[in-house]
Amino acid sequence: MLTLLLLIVPLIAGLFLLLNKSKSNFTTVVYMGIAVQLAIFVYGFLNFKKNPYLLDFDKVWLSDFAIRFHLGLDGLSILMVGLAVVLVSLILLAVKGFKYENMSRLLGLIFITQSALIGVFSAKDIFLFYFFFELALVPVYLIANFWGGENSSKITFKMLIYTVFGSLFMLVSFVFLYMRGQSSDIDSLKVTVTLLPNAIKQVLFWGLFLAFAIKMPVFPFHTWLPDAYSQSPTPATMLLSGLLSKMGVYGLIRILLPFAPDGISNYGGIIITLAIIGLVYGSVIAIKQSQIKRLIAYSSFAHMGLMAAAVLTLSVSGMQGAIYQMIAHGFNAVGLFYLAKIIFDKTGSRNLTELGGMTQTAPKLSILFMIVLLGSIGLPLTNGFIGEFLMLKSVFDFNVILGVVAGLSVIFGAVYMLRFFQKTMFGPLSESATGISDIGPKELAILIPIVIIVILTGVFPNLILNVSGTFVNTLNHLVK
Amino acid sequence: MTFIALIPLFPLIGFLINGLGFGKISKSAVPWIGTGASLLSFVCVLFAYFNFNETPLVVNLFDWISVAGLKVGFSFQLDQLSILMLFVITGVGTLIHIYSAGYMSHDEGYGKFFAYLNLFLFSMILLVLGGNYLMMFIGWEGVGLCSYLLIGFWNKNTNYANAARKAFIMNRIGDLGFLIGIFLIIQNFGTLEYLAVFEKAKAFHIGDGIIVAITMALFVGAMGKSAQIPLFTWLPDAMAGPTPVSALIHAATMVTSGIYMIVRSNVLYTLSPFTLEFIAWIGLATALLGATIGLFQNDIKKVLAYSTVSQLGYMFLGLGVMAYSSGLFHVITHAFFKALLFLGAGSVIHAMSGDQDIRNMGGLWSKIKITAITFLIGTVAISGIPPFSGFFSKDEILSHVYEHNKIMWTLGLLGSFMTAFYMFRLFFVTFRGSFRGTEEQRHHLHESPNSMTTPLIVLALLSAIGGFIGFPEVFHLPHRLNEFLSPIFENSRLVNSSFGTVHVSHNVELILMGSSVLVAVVAIALAYMVFGNGKNVPVADNEVVGLKKLVYNKYFIDELYNRLFVGPISAISVFFANIVENKIIDKAVESVGAGINFSSKKIKELQVGVTGTYILFMTLGILLLVLYQFGPSLLSAFNLLQNK
Repeated sequence: MLTLLLLIVPLIAGLFLLLNKSKSNFTTVVYMGIAVQLAIFVYGFLNFKKNPYLLDFDKVWLSDFAIRFHLGLDGLSILMVGLAVVLVSLILLAVKGFKYENMSRLLGLIFITQSALIGVFSAKDIFLFYFFFELALVPVYLIANFWGGENSSKITFKMLIYTVFGSLFMLVSFVFLYMRGQSSDIDSLKVTVTLLPNAIKQVLFWGLFLAFAIKMPVFPFHTWLPDAYSQSPTPATMLLSGLLSKMGVYGLIRILLPFAPDGISNYGGIIITLAIIGLVYGSVIAIKQSQIKRLIAYSSFAHMGLMAAAVLTLSVSGMQGAIYQMIAHGFNAVGLFYLAKIIFDKTGSRNLTELGGMTQTAPKLSILFMIVLLGSIGLPLTNGFIGEFLMLKSVFDFNVILGVVAGLSVIFGAVYMLRFFQKTMFGPLSESATGISDIGPKELAILIPIVIIVILTGVFPNLILNVSGTFVNTLNHLVK
Repeated sequence: MTFIALIPLFPLIGFLINGLGFGKISKSAVPWIGTGASLLSFVCVLFAYFNFNETPLVVNLFDWISVAGLKVGFSFQLDQLSILMLFVITGVGTLIHIYSAGYMSHDEGYGKFFAYLNLFLFSMILLVLGGNYLMMFIGWEGVGLCSYLLIGFWNKNTNYANAARKAFIMNRIGDLGFLIGIFLIIQNFGTLEYLAVFEKAKAFHIGDGIIVAITMALFVGAMGKSAQIPLFTWLPDAMAGPTPVSALIHAATMVTSGIYMIVRSNVLYTLSPFTLEFIAWIGLATALLGATIGLFQNDIKKVLAYSTVSQLGYMFLGLGVMAYSSGLFHVITHAFFKALLFLGAGSVIHAMSGDQDIRNMGGLWSKIKITAITFLIGTVAISGIPPFSGFFSKDEILSHVYEHNKIMWTLGLLGSFMTAFYMFRLFFVTFRGSFRGTEEQRHHLHESPNSMTTPLIVLALLSAIGGFIGFPEVFHLPHRLNEFLSPIFENSRLVNSSFGTVHVSHNVELILMGSSVLVAVVAIALAYMVFGNGKNVPVADNEVVGLKKLVYNKYFIDELYNRLFVGPISAISVFFANIVENKIIDKAVESVGAGINFSSKKIKELQVGVTGTYILFMTLGILLLVLYQFGPSLLSAFNLLQNK
C-alpha cells in the first residue's frame, strides 16, 4: 500500500503542476510533494524488515488477461525506489533554482518521471514493468523537446526512437512469455522460463538484452547518448544520466538474470567484453573532450559499461557492486551535471578552453566540486570506490585480462576528471571567471547533501550492501 | 586499546576545523590547531608504544565492506612496524608543522595549508596503521590526493597545476597495480587482513607463481608511490609544492610508503626470490639514475628531489636483498636528514626572497649561520660519513648487498660516490664563495625565525645521532632497531631458513665500511677541489653540451613518455571521437534506421490491392503457423515411421 502511495504522490503533484494555471503558487506543492514522499519512504524503509507486506500492493488490473497491478519492494527495489525518491527530490530543488520558462510544468514533468521510475522499480508484473519503463521516457522527452535548444528536438527524437525500438523487442519477449506461462507475474515466470526449449531461451535473451543495453547504454548501442546528454537541457540530462540509465541496469538484474540465465552463460563473455570495451573507449574519448557536458556524458557512459559487465559476471560481488554503484553513480552524475550548469550559468561557457581560475573567485564551488569529483574517480572513503572496487574485482575474477583492461579506466578516469577540474578551477583567472560570485545557500542546499552522501556511503557502505545482500544471495543461487 | 583510533582522529579533527573554518579562524589560531593535532597524535603514539606488549594488537572499529565471503574491517593493527612508522610520521610531521607556522605565515592560504597537512597526516597514519590491505589502500590513495592538493597549492601557476596532475596520474598507474595485487590476494587467500594472509602464506612454497604475481603487482604500486623507475618522473616536478610539503611528503614519509608496504608483506616477498631480484635491480638502477641527474641540477630543491629518488632506490636495493630492516633503517635516517635538508633549503629560499637557483647564491655561510651549520650536518649525514646517521643505514644495506652480489655492491658504491659529490657540490656552491645574487636579494638576506630554525636544530641532532639505534655487529654494540623489529620477520624466518642467517666476517665488514667511507671522502675532496673556493659556478643552461646535456635534461625521459603515451592516447581519443563514433558506429545505426525505412516502403508495396497476392501470403502464413505448432510432432512421427 505504501508503495502505491509513493507512486501516486508524485503523480498527483505532477499533474497538479502541469495543469496549474497560476505562475507563482506552485512552490508549496513542490515542497509538500517532496516532504510527503520522503516521509512515506523513510517510514517504509524503517519498517521494511519487520513487515514486508506493508509495501506490497496487489490488485487485478486487466482481469480478462489476468494481468495484475502488483507492486512490491524487496532488497533491490527499496534501494532503487529510495534513489528515485531522494535523487529526484534533489533534482526538483535544483531545477527550481534555475531560470526556466514555465517552471511549474517543468517541475510537473519531473514529478511524473519520478512516479514512473518508482513504478519501474517496484513493478512485480512484466506488463506493468513495461508500461512504466516506457512511460518514464515520455516526460523526459517532452522536457528535452520544449526546454532544450535548437538541435534538441532532433537529437532527443533519435534517442526516443532508438530506445523505443529496443523496448519493442522486450515487449515481444514479454508477450511470448505471457502466452507460454499464462501469467505475467515476474516471480512465477521464473519457473516458466526454465521449461523453455534451449533455442528459444537464446532468442529470449537477446530480445530482453537489447532493450536494456540501449537504455543504459552498452557499447556499441550508445551513439544516442553523447548528443542527448550534451544537447538536452540540464533537468533532462540529470534525469537521463542519474535515473533513466539505471532502469537498464535494473532491468538486467530484475528481468534478464532470472529470465535468461542460460543466454548469459552462452553470451555473457561477449557482452562483458563489449561492455569493457565501452568502458575504456568512453574513458579515452572523455580525455580530449572540451565541452563539459560531453565530457561528463562519456564518463557516464563509461561507468555504465562497468555496471553491465559486473552484473553479467553473475557473481555476488559483481551484482552487489553494480547495485551499490547505481546509487553512487546516480548522485555523482547528477552532482557533476549540476556543477556544469552552475559553471555555465556563472561564466556563460561550457568550453574548457575558455574557463579557468575559478578557485580564486568561487572557492566554495571548487571544494564541493573536488569532493564530487573524488567520488566520481573512486577515491577510497567516497561512494565511487566501493562500487568500482567490487565491480572490478568481479570482472577480474571472471577474466584476468578483462579485469586489467577494465582497471585502465581507473587511470583514465583520473586523467579526464582532473583535466576537467584543472581547466575550470586552476590556472590563471580566465576572462569568463572574472568577477563571478561564489555559490550561495541555494546551490549549497543541493551540493551539501550530495557531498554528505558521497562520503557517508563511502565510509559506511554496509548501510546499502546489507539491504541488498539477501536479495543478491537469493538471485545468485537462482542463476547458478 | 581502542584509543589507538585517536592517533588518526586528531589530525582528522584538525583538518575539519581548519578546513571548514578557513577564513573564519584567526590566523594566529591556525598553526596551533594544526600543530596541536599533530602533536597530540605523537603523544598517543608514545602512549601506545609504552603500553605495547610485543604481540600485534588488532582493533576492528567496524565492518567496512561485507560482501558474500569477503569481510573487510575498518581495522587498525599496532605492532613494531606500525609504531616505528608512526613515530617517524607524527614526529617529523610535528616538526614540519612547527616550521610551516613560520614558513607559510605570509601566504593567504595559511589555514588551507594546515588543513591539507593534517589531512595528509590522517591518510598517512591510516596507511601504516591499517590492519588490512584495503585500509592501506585508503591511505595509499589518500596521501596521493593530499600530495596532489599540496603540489598544486599555488595552482594559479599552470605549470604547478600540471605537476600536481602528473603526480596524481603516475601514482594512479601504480595504484592499479596495487589494486590488482589486492584482487589476487582475495582470490587466493579469501581475506585481506594481514595476520590471516600471512598465516596462510606460510603454506606456499618459495617461488610459487601466485605469490610472484601478487608481489609483482603490489610492487608496481610501490614504484608509483616511491618514485622508482619507470614511474619516478613525477617526484622532481612535485617540488612545485611549498617546501615543507617537499620535506614531509616528498622526502620523509609518503614516498617511503612503498618500502613500508614491502616490509609489511615481508613473508610474501621472502617467498618470491624472483620479485626480490627484480626489486633490487630496479632500486639500484633508480639509485644510479637519480644520482647522475643530481650531479648537474642547479635548482636547490631539484638536487634534493633527485637525491630522494636515488636514496629511495637504495632502500629498495636493501629490500631486494632481503635486508628488510636495513631498508627500514634507511627510511628512518633518511627521514631525519632529508627533512632537514629540505627545510634547510626552504630557509635558504626564504632568505633568497624565493630564488631557488644555486648559481645566484654563494657565500651564505656567514649570513644564515644556523641554516648553514644544520645543512652541513645533513650533507655529511647523507654522504655516509661516520658517526652521522646516514653512514650506519647505508653501510648496512651495502654490506647485505655485498653478500648477495658483488657487482651490485660495486655499483652501489659508485652511487655513494656520486651522492657525496653532488651534495657537497650543492653545499659549496650555496654557502661558500661570495654572494652572486642581486643587490636587492643581498639586502634582504636574513636568518629565518625561531619557528623555522628550531625544527632544523632538532632534525640536525637526530641526523647526527639517529644512526645509533643500529650499530654494526663488528662494534659489539646493540642493534636496537633489529631487536625491536625482529618479531615482524618471524614468518619470513619460518618460510625461508636462510633468512637473516648469512653474515660476512668481521674483517670483511670492516673492509666494506672502510671502502664506503673512503669513497665518500674522495668524493668530498673532489667536490672541494672543483667547487670549494666558491669561484667555480655551474654554467648557464644553454652552455651545457654533449653527454652532460643528456643528463642535465634528465635523459629526456619526460619527452620519451610524451612520445610513447601522452601523444598516442590523445591521438586515439580524437580518432575515437571523430572517426569511430561518427563515421562507423553511428553510421551503422543510421543505416539500420534507413534500412527499416526502406523495408517499410517495400512492405507498403505489398499492399497492392490484388486479392490473389493477399491469399498467397495468407496461405503461407497459415502454413508457417501450422508448421510451428505441429512441425516438431510431425517430424518425430516421420522419424518413428522411418525407424519402423
